[in-house]
Amino acid sequence: MSFIAKPKIAHPGLPKNELGLTRRDYEGGMSTLCAGCGHDSITAAIIEACWQMSMRPEQLVKLSGIGCSSKTTAYFVGGGHGFNSVHGRMPSIATGAIAANKDLHYIGVSGDGDTLSIGFGQFAHAMRRNLNMLYIVENNGVYGLTKGQFSASADIGSKAKKGEENLQPPIDPVLAALTLGGTFVARSFSGDKEQLVPLIIAGLKHRGFALIDVLSPCVTFNDHEGSTKSYEFVRDHYDEVVHADFVPPAREITAQYAQGDTMPVTMHDGSRILLRKLDPSYDPTHRGQAFNYLRDKLAQNEYVTGLIYIDEKSPDFHEVSGTTALPVNQLPFAKLTPGSKGLEKILSRYR
Amino acid sequence: MQPTDTANPDYYHRVVDCQWACPAHTDVPEYIRLIAQGQFTAAYLVNRESNVFPGILGRVCDRPCEPACRRGRVEAEPVAICRLKRVAADHRDDVRPYLPKAPAQKNGKRVACIGAGPASLTVANDLMPLGYEVTIFEKWHTPGGLMRTNIPSFRLPEQVLAEEIGYIVDLGVDLRLGSPVSSMKQLLATGEFDAVFVGSGAPKGKDLNLPGRKDPGAAAHIHIGIDWLESVAFGHVKNIGRRVLIIGVGNTAMDCCRSSLRLGADDVKVMARKPRGFFKASEWELEDAEAENVEIVVNHAPKSFVIEAGRLTGMLFDVMEYDLDANGRITAERVAGEKFFACDDVILAIGQENAFPWIENDLGIEFDQWHVPKVDQTTFQSTRPDVFFGGDAAFGPKNIIWAVAHGHQAAISVHKYCQDQDVTQRLPPTLNLSSRKMGLHEWAYKNDYNPLERRLMPHVDLKERFKKINIEVELGFTAEQAAAEVQRCLNCDVQTVFDARLCIECDACIDICPVDCLTMTPNGAEAELRQRLKAPSLRATQPLFVSAPLQHTARVMVKDEDVCVHCGLCAERCPTAAWDMQKSKIRIPYASDETTPCSTQPAQTRRTA
Ligand SMILES: Cc1ncc(C[n+]2csc(CCOP(=O)(O)OP(=O)(O)O)c2C)c(N)n1
Ligand code: SF4
Ligand SMILES: [Mg+2]
Repeated sequence: MSFIAKPKIAHPGLPKNELGLTRRDYEGGMSTLCAGCGHDSITAAIIEACWQMSMRPEQLVKLSGIGCSSKTTAYFVGGGHGFNSVHGRMPSIATGAIAANKDLHYIGVSGDGDTLSIGFGQFAHAMRRNLNMLYIVENNGVYGLTKGQFSASADIGSKAKKGEENLQPPIDPVLAALTLGGTFVARSFSGDKEQLVPLIIAGLKHRGFALIDVLSPCVTFNDHEGSTKSYEFVRDHYDEVVHADFVPPAREITAQYAQGDTMPVTMHDGSRILLRKLDPSYDPTHRGQAFNYLRDKLAQNEYVTGLIYIDEKSPDFHEVSGTTALPVNQLPFAKLTPGSKGLEKILSRYR
Repeated sequence: MQPTDTANPDYYHRVVDCQWACPAHTDVPEYIRLIAQGQFTAAYLVNRESNVFPGILGRVCDRPCEPACRRGRVEAEPVAICRLKRVAADHRDDVRPYLPKAPAQKNGKRVACIGAGPASLTVANDLMPLGYEVTIFEKWHTPGGLMRTNIPSFRLPEQVLAEEIGYIVDLGVDLRLGSPVSSMKQLLATGEFDAVFVGSGAPKGKDLNLPGRKDPGAAAHIHIGIDWLESVAFGHVKNIGRRVLIIGVGNTAMDCCRSSLRLGADDVKVMARKPRGFFKASEWELEDAEAENVEIVVNHAPKSFVIEAGRLTGMLFDVMEYDLDANGRITAERVAGEKFFACDDVILAIGQENAFPWIENDLGIEFDQWHVPKVDQTTFQSTRPDVFFGGDAAFGPKNIIWAVAHGHQAAISVHKYCQDQDVTQRLPPTLNLSSRKMGLHEWAYKNDYNPLERRLMPHVDLKERFKKINIEVELGFTAEQAAAEVQRCLNCDVQTVFDARLCIECDACIDICPVDCLTMTPNGAEAELRQRLKAPSLRATQPLFVSAPLQHTARVMVKDEDVCVHCGLCAERCPTAAWDMQKSKIRIPYASDETTPCSTQPAQTRRTA
């Protein structure tokens, strides 16, 4: 939160993307979040990713629920479309929008409360349907907006600001996604843009539902000693397993890259990401192994981060549901409405 | 890189680029803020403390501050710093009550200053309040030096000069007008003075010895620029021919061409040997001349004066061609032909030199092979301990603001010399920081960036201004213009001060910075580190700020000061106040600060509004 708006003035040497736009052109409204909130850094990472992708701002749809995290869609890509839904109901809105227009990019931004408490059912079904969207959980272990109650992602033993301990086991969105059939499952940290930005790009390019659980400290209610979601704790218990680098189409993947601990993955649009395995024994295409690895590391109090699981082959929502190839707003009127005769026919079925 | 030593006063001083660039280190952001608050008198006094002649310099300063102004890096135009100085001078109340006074009890030391120009006047200004008795010898019947004789009154009105010189003379200076010093030997032999300061300028205009120059028919129509301006200033010359050629394209040339227009010329050409990028004149002086329909003819090298029937009829020029390299430097030149320009008068404005025919060479005052005195760059002492030089007399022609800066330093030396102290043991500049934080997101300065463009100076109508030679062309900013222009200052003296011990590495400052000056990254060697900044480093000459290692990751916070707009958003967004906005106040020591031997106590005579 600040009293003045970020001045429009920019560094004279800012690089431009293919559209001739600078990073500044992908900003949105002025953030009203607390100074130092992790969510603002995630916003900056999304801005950077959209700029790097040379996305046309009007190609982006931003969806969210309720929470400090859900407010952030107002703070990036001001030229995009947005829908701020009721608490935990963002996936329903996303489903409708995605069904109506498959040509756009969809980013859903949610919180651990919005996703794992009130919205858990919606979250599970969005994943099950393999909706073609990037779903970011800005995970701070508390309900920030309502003054810092423990959320469902709070770890056992994690302390609240006034000292009480959380005694209930957490829901880990990454483990949940692995069991629910998620096809792109990643975890990152608001303070590590080097990891986060390529993950956002890869998630936007992924065919199907891409989940990134981003640890995002709440400076106001959950950044104290004893918290397991503070800047300090996350940095100390941070374990990157697979680093994803997005490879722009122009760049070749060299033979040296293509072997050993690095594996290229081709996305459905032909672009590629390069996975750099920091633990050589790890296989990010093996769901069961990923699950076990995570459980083991969690037992050691480690946050496994990076691109944890990827499956580019499973059919997405469009394929399964046979959605319209042409966006609904481009379909001819005659195709959209059955006409009075057609309506008669449909209604007669129910008589 | 090593963590930046911000305890060195130069670090934050350099961030205030205007103040750093000003030879006298005028506290520009401070006076601009005072103008913004309507405190014109205080703004004037802040100026006067360092540059002594705010009203004069607010009109005719060479403005080294403006090209340095950070605003000119994030936008096309710098803040109109000089114009605002004039605003402070134009709107001030009577400042006399606030000026230093000379004590009734003198300290028994007598100092002679030669020449009543800006350098000598500054020496007197600094020494009189300390109890010195200062005598100024001036060859003309009026003080001011080149400010009076070489700057036309349509740029610098007589009464502005008189007033500001008066502040100094009225301290009780023994000003001896019409008293040229014709022999240094005699002056020293009188034993009247404990020290002598030479501030006699560079009064010798260069001549151009080309064929025809010595022809008796031509002599009356070929003038040496600075001598001619002097004659105009004193009313000895009241007219000139209709067609005038000015040779040379420095600021003196600009004054000559514009003066000619006011003395009856209507076809004035400034003849430049080289292309435009090589002109010595300030850009704005060129613009002002061109606005008065002076034609600037490039690539013409003077060849000869043409005399017909015993009369000067014009000049012959070689038409030059130049090859330039990628950096705009001349790599080759050749003559492509010649061309005749008809004229009635020629004014030579090709430079000036200092000349000391009146300093005997057996006095211990040494000169180098070009007859320039050997003067210490810091102390301004000559090879004879009791003789000091300053202004154009010391290192050749510069500008008024340099003469003032020299005068301050020479005054320190004269003072130390007279008190039997080592002139080389001088107080260093110091710097204080104080937080501007008022509340969670409130600062005791206006931190919002105002996108206004530079205001333009209103001028007297073209027809009107030629009616008399002393009609001041520039009208000064209107109240609205001044109110707008002050908002363009970025408050570079409100520094971003970082405490690495408080940083939790949340990235908030990095994300919010509108000009991408901040980077958190592993440390490295400077050249390599500059490659890794969030936005490209555009000026390797501007030092980087590098913090101590940060607590969580041992990375460093790097700030490229180059284009920081001092909006304070880093500090507003910092949850732990690791960034703070702190105003720096740079104290440049003057003679009055050196009053008590071996003491760092500031003198009582010094006043800041
Ligand atoms: C239907 C409904 N129930 C409860 C609330 C109150 N509420 C607002 S935000 C919030 C929790 C937000 O937590 P999270 O999604 O983690 O967001 P954060 O603020 O932590 O980023 C709750 C319970 C609400 N707005 N609507
Ligand atoms: S309450 Fe917490 S989550 Fe909400 S804006 Fe403040 S720091 Fe961020
Ligand atoms: Mg939360």
